[in-house]
Amino acid sequence: MIKLTGIIVIAAGFALRLNTLLVVLLSGIVTGLVSGMSFNAIMEEFGRLFLTNRYMTLPVVMMLPVVGLLERYGLRERAETLIRRSAAATAGRVLLLYTGVRQVSIALGINIGGHAGAVRPLLAPLAEGAARVRYGNLSKAMVERIRAHAAAAENVGNFFGEDIFIAVGSILLMKGFFEGLKIDVSIWTMALWGIPTAVAAFALMAWRTHALDRHLDREAAHAAEAAKPTDT
Amino acid sequence: MSLVSLNSFYILAGAFILATALRVVLDKGHTRRWSTALFWGLLGVSFVFGGSMPPMVTGYLVLGMTILAASGRVAVSRERSTGREERLKSAERLGDRLFWPALLIPATAIVGSLLLGRIHWHGISLVDSSYLSVISVCIGAVLALALGFRLTRAPAGAAVGEGSRLLQAVGWALILPQALAALGGLFARAGVGTVVAGLVERALPTQYSFVAVAAYCLGMMLFTICLGNAFAAFAVITGGIGVPLIVQAHGGNPAIMAAIGMLSGYCGTLLTPMAANFNLVPVMLLEMEDKNAVIKAQVPIGLALFAFNLLLMELCVYRF
Repeated sequence: MIKLTGIIVIAAGFALRLNTLLVVLLSGIVTGLVSGMSFNAIMEEFGRLFLTNRYMTLPVVMMLPVVGLLERYGLRERAETLIRRSAAATAGRVLLLYTGVRQVSIALGINIGGHAGAVRPLLAPLAEGAARVRYGNLSKAMVERIRAHAAAAENVGNFFGEDIFIAVGSILLMKGFFEGLKIDVSIWTMALWGIPTAVAAFALMAWRTHALDRHLDREAAHAAEAAKPTDT
Repeated sequence: MSLVSLNSFYILAGAFILATALRVVLDKGHTRRWSTALFWGLLGVSFVFGGSMPPMVTGYLVLGMTILAASGRVAVSRERSTGREERLKSAERLGDRLFWPALLIPATAIVGSLLLGRIHWHGISLVDSSYLSVISVCIGAVLALALGFRLTRAPAGAAVGEGSRLLQAVGWALILPQALAALGGLFARAGVGTVVAGLVERALPTQYSFVAVAAYCLGMMLFTICLGNAFAAFAVITGGIGVPLIVQAHGGNPAIMAAIGMLSGYCGTLLTPMAANFNLVPVMLLEMEDKNAVIKAQVPIGLALFAFNLLLMELCVYRF
């Protein structure tokens, strides 16, 4: 049981909002100490594992210069033009389209998007804009609802697309884990079995974005009704 | 023996990280100039020299990087990029050709993964076949960079400058996946999974194969909710419940188990404030009032998708 102290360290560290890297290292040190390793032995083991797992970071680092170069010459702006041209009329449809594009692109290994990179500057304004065309002015509650779903669209698209791409951290982590246990597992098989859940996630997102549009319809109707008696 | 190994790309990536450290040093107005440069310097060293460095030294390097990051001494420097006007103009000029290099990376990755492993002469292979997909992506990135330069006719330093701007935007979080993988390894060595598995085995009738599947999926989701990260949960729960119960005791397929198990963990990520970068940061970014608004929007999807994963694994893991 004492071996589970490391897990308690993680839970406590997150609850206290400590730096994640620090929490992870502390948990490793505590786990090593309670299972009888010396501090140097823990550092050695942590260092060895850190080095063998460099391949997780490698693709990200290798892509940054070319992505940065393309951004400098207007990649984001061009993508913006494309998204605007194909944006459908409702907030829900804009978000669903984004989830689909995000899932497909990240499944191909292209990590476009992100909360800071796409949701705030692009997706949330587009979805709110689509709703404004339909309902006129939006209440605070409506805006908040659209924004929450915009963040959800990014998370769902990101999580349930990436496991289809073989060079992504999670698939490689699984491969490395099984290699350590001398179990031979094909990365292609693991990627393939990510597809059913990806499809289900998109279907669920279609249901959620449809519900969002209906909810906005009702909220707008209520607001209109509330405004009526004062008019007459 | 192979001509192109993973290590050659570690050295290339490390050189780029060291170049970022140098750019930080040269930024005289940087408030955290030396500590930030030290962080990237240490990381660059672990990439360039990792192949021949004693692991204990690396351990202390990671300790050093962690202390720098945790004390808030790693900050971004003022890398200058182009302005919006300028970017709009060049987006207009280059049009959809801007997407070509970005699409070349996945294209190379797919073609490389399928073909490169088959090329060899007299026992010398072209690439190290155990890391074929990673190497293919790296080759794709190099080719895309070359194409990018051709299309944009950018000055040579532009890629390093823009790349280090992005590298610094990612910041210390860059090494979090590596650190979490190392933690998982330490957990495994200390036998954390065995303890968890013992608890599960004592509490549940795991001689039934569907109970094993339920315990594994539920374990992945609950552990992810507690840790805020499905990667950290994966090593513990798969080592403790998945491999001994589903694979060894009931003969399940490890690839199907792992793929769907990880996705069950992601369902947990949708539900937890511990996953701050996904669920809390956007609340700040989008200036929302309810701190839990994003999680609330995600709860129906997270739970329904978890039920789907559970059913899918139960139906497939013992059949294929």
